[in-house]
Amino acid sequence: MNILSLFVLVPLLMLLGLWIARNLNQVRGVMVAGSSVLLVLAAYLTVSYIGLRNGGATEEMLFTDSIVWYAPLHIAYSVGVDGISVVMLLLSAIIVFTGTFASWKLKPLTKEYFMWFTLLSTGVFGFFISTDLFTMFMFYEVALIPMYLLIGVWGSGRKEYSAMKLTLMLMGGSAFLLIGILGIFYGAGAETMNVLEIAKLKIPTEYQQIFFPMAFLGFGVLGALFPFHTWSPDGHASAPTAVSMLHAGVLMKLGGYGCFRVAMYLMPTGAAIWGDFFLVLTTISVVYGAFSAVVQTDLKYINAYSSVSHCGLVLFALLMMTRVSSTGAILQMLSHGLMTALFFALIGMIYGRTHTRDIRQLSGLMKIMPFLAVGYVIAGLANLGLPGLSGFIAEMTVFVGSFEHTDVFHRACTIIATTSIVITAVYILRVVGKILYGTCQNPEHLKLTDATWDERLAVICLIAAVAGLGLAPWWVSDVINASVEPIISQLIH
Amino acid sequence: MEYTILILALPVLSFLILGLAGMYMKHRVAGLIGTLSLTGVTFLSYLTAYEYFTAPRTAEGVFETLMPWNFQWLPFNTSLHIDMGILLDPISVMMLVVISTVSLMVHIYSFGYMKGEVGFQRYYAFLSLFSFSMLGLVLATNIFQMYVFWELVGVSSYLLIGFYYTKPEAIAASKKAFIVTRFADLGFLIGILIYGFYMGTFTFTPEQEQLMKCGMLLPLALGLMFIGGAGKSAMFPLHIWLPDAMEGPTPVSALIHAATMVVAGVYLVARMFPLFIGYAPETLHLVAYVGAFTAFYAASVACAQSDIKRVLAFSTISQIGFMMVALGVCTTADPHEGGLGYMAGMFHLFTHAMFKALLFLGAGCIIHAVHSNEMSTMGGLRKYMPITHITFLIACLAIAGIPPFSGFFSKDEILTACFQFSPVMGWIMTIIAGMTAFYMFRLYYGIFWGTENKELHKHHTPHESPLSMTFPLMVLAAITIVCGWILPFGHFISANGHAYDIHLNTQVAVTSIVVALIAIALATWMYARDKQPVADMLAKRFATLHRAAYKRFYMDEIWLFVTHKIIFRCISTPLAWFDRHVIDQFMNFMAWSTNASGEAAQPIQNGKIQSYTMWFLGGIIVLSIILLLN
Repeated sequence: MNILSLFVLVPLLMLLGLWIARNLNQVRGVMVAGSSVLLVLAAYLTVSYIGLRNGGATEEMLFTDSIVWYAPLHIAYSVGVDGISVVMLLLSAIIVFTGTFASWKLKPLTKEYFMWFTLLSTGVFGFFISTDLFTMFMFYEVALIPMYLLIGVWGSGRKEYSAMKLTLMLMGGSAFLLIGILGIFYGAGAETMNVLEIAKLKIPTEYQQIFFPMAFLGFGVLGALFPFHTWSPDGHASAPTAVSMLHAGVLMKLGGYGCFRVAMYLMPTGAAIWGDFFLVLTTISVVYGAFSAVVQTDLKYINAYSSVSHCGLVLFALLMMTRVSSTGAILQMLSHGLMTALFFALIGMIYGRTHTRDIRQLSGLMKIMPFLAVGYVIAGLANLGLPGLSGFIAEMTVFVGSFEHTDVFHRACTIIATTSIVITAVYILRVVGKILYGTCQNPEHLKLTDATWDERLAVICLIAAVAGLGLAPWWVSDVINASVEPIISQLIH
Repeated sequence: MEYTILILALPVLSFLILGLAGMYMKHRVAGLIGTLSLTGVTFLSYLTAYEYFTAPRTAEGVFETLMPWNFQWLPFNTSLHIDMGILLDPISVMMLVVISTVSLMVHIYSFGYMKGEVGFQRYYAFLSLFSFSMLGLVLATNIFQMYVFWELVGVSSYLLIGFYYTKPEAIAASKKAFIVTRFADLGFLIGILIYGFYMGTFTFTPEQEQLMKCGMLLPLALGLMFIGGAGKSAMFPLHIWLPDAMEGPTPVSALIHAATMVVAGVYLVARMFPLFIGYAPETLHLVAYVGAFTAFYAASVACAQSDIKRVLAFSTISQIGFMMVALGVCTTADPHEGGLGYMAGMFHLFTHAMFKALLFLGAGCIIHAVHSNEMSTMGGLRKYMPITHITFLIACLAIAGIPPFSGFFSKDEILTACFQFSPVMGWIMTIIAGMTAFYMFRLYYGIFWGTENKELHKHHTPHESPLSMTFPLMVLAAITIVCGWILPFGHFISANGHAYDIHLNTQVAVTSIVVALIAIALATWMYARDKQPVADMLAKRFATLHRAAYKRFYMDEIWLFVTHKIIFRCISTPLAWFDRHVIDQFMNFMAWSTNASGEAAQPIQNGKIQSYTMWFLGGIIVLSIILLLN
């Protein structure tokens, strides 16, 4: 059996296990076992992928497999991975693993919560291994729908409203996406839904002109593209901790990944026509998100807007359409996934203790919960691009890549986007100064305790990943760079 | 020279040990770990310097540039990649000596100064982190590695300024320092991007054809890089963070904000000097003008400050201005003809690091004794703190430019270089040198002479600091006394690498000594006595000017205006409002209109057969008409 199918099979087995589980310990046991297996699997896949590449494997995708699913519509269950999907799988596995520990004490309906959580992970893993447009779309939907229940049931604040808004906007996006996918399929006149096969065909320019924006927007909504990002602040603010982690950490990456692998890869002419338009939108996203984050008072809103800015940078880099910038985009996805998950995990832990996320009501947490506070500072430093942590290498790769364009338009966009590194420092340091430093004003908060072992485990894993990526970026960069090549060569004729 | 990797590895190791396990350690153990690692670094640095400068020169008569370590850290494409490594050339080796010496002294001094403080271990961990970053910066093999460590020193500085994180002023100061330098770094980054893209390399020494490709854009790239350097080195108008940075512990001010990090900008210009002089001489002169203006501005502000650390901070800004001027007035790479400034600037960097660290550490002893930074609470301390007094005086004489102290020699070279560039520049810098002597002796008299603070002495008598604090003072004072005339600095460092014999230009030397003596005499006349009628009268007569200088010419108000009014109120608040009330409301409107159209269409489905039949019939009629018309 193909190793990739295990990424779907393991979560399905976990679902079964959760269904059978009778008490909390069994539920936790299943989750820990399952997510550890996934993590090991992802690590093993990464190692063997690099091994195969070093051994001289030159195919675009490795570990490919295909089973016909519904022949009349040419739908097949096709899987395969390249460097981009490998690192995305690794990212997802890390987030799912740490997310399990971050929701260790979640109540009520723990079992049901974890079942939806696992289903969501199934969708995410399935999406990253698929190479068939239809299968990809199906897993995409599988990943989206549990979000509605996870926020609506286990959320906080205006949870019903947020859940509805998030679901509707993302569903609206996937409606566009479906049209885009069908446009690709019929435009190419293909006998298959396999991305790799379609890429070899030429889709007529008229088709590309119409369907590129459909597909790009469809995925772009999930990648928080301005002006379709407003689901993100409300959604994140209401979602429970691990869901925020998974959502910002992985789900939003589906957007960027899809834009690259489906929209741009299959419709390069469309990308050339529409590229500048979307580039303006993403440049706005980058700066707009950063400036909006400066005045927010809710910790989760700050990070949601910060995500708009950072995910905007992902799409920005993709649309720059150079090899280096695309590598940077993937690195930025990876880095943003890890550091935002870390942020949301910490915010959840702080909220769980203080019952407020309002920065005006928090102060002096460094003295009360030093572990969480130090974690928060590290997450903040990663976010503002400190060398040695993941944010720096991603941003630098993006900027160096974007600079390869010599025309005024691209140059202006690049310089505008670089200013975000200053604004990021403003909003990060503002929060750190307000909530962690100073003296504690609220006597209730003085009694609070620092992180428990499960929380520490989650935080340490994420910090290790953020630092690991930041300190030893060369191997990840190599893995991605080689895989970006076929897609970029389509884009630059 | 492979062992040089240890110079970087040791502080990382002690940072990790102290950072991860520090809280379980006793204060003394944590301090010892940090200090031992720095002792190792200092030993290795001296060894490196000894081996490097005693090695035979190459055929061209220069010291060989070595690169014992270099590996690819982050590849971008075939030509561009960030490398990490170690570069040994005269200026980087000189910086190694400066950084490790001052850092070691500060480590020892902090034993006494930080005794019993909460977070002692954290303090030493940050010191190790800073030492690592700063050493990495000067050893960088390429401009991007320099930027990496540039950011790391920035964050170490942020952490150390905010060391007393419960103090609101410290929090604000650390934030300001980081954001202002970050803003400047944006210029640096864009400069690097231009440099890298057009040149096709990040190395400091590009090939001839690469330089040709860059052509007209090289001055722009170098100018943008200088903005980064101006931010770190507190050049006007980006200097506003440095005076506030004095909120950090005093030894930190000595290490970071006087001797090492703030001269990173000077080091950057020196590092890019061959390119500046060869391809962008106008940009280089711009550096000189910025430096000269900053030197003047800071010197005039320093005359009116009352907080002793602020006086020293502005004095630092002014002295860095001198170094920038020295580099900027170079017109060729030949030290005998217009290239003297390079050597002079580096020499001043060296001597200044020693005597300014000494001044700050001395100020630390004083603050320790009187528990205040304000000059008005001091006075007459010379009896109580003899060692601090003598060493402080030595440093004051050095910075004022009195022979045989080190500052005289380096400042004299700078002034000579300025006179070679243009007499106007020469005279301006001579006058600023006079101002330096004036405000330093104003400070000196204010602290050690004049009336004793009776209020303070009622509670306890000020006393000399423990040996751990006075020992570094004595070491630095010894260096300050001898290094000017013993050290053949020009043999090690000069603009083109050839050995250069420092010789005093008698005319310039005599002028500068006379100016300095007059300034000191003036300061003595105004400030040495118990009452200071002249100073008070002047302050009253020129009240507006005095107030403006005291308020640092309102530069901080401008900063507040930019951050609070413009960014916060004029950009971010409207944007956030727009997001919530326009974009988001549009999405809500879409949802609402879907709902409303559903509601509107609802009456059609009322369940009455009659009305369904009506619609059915109506439909048939309309369709029939269409068909008939066709």
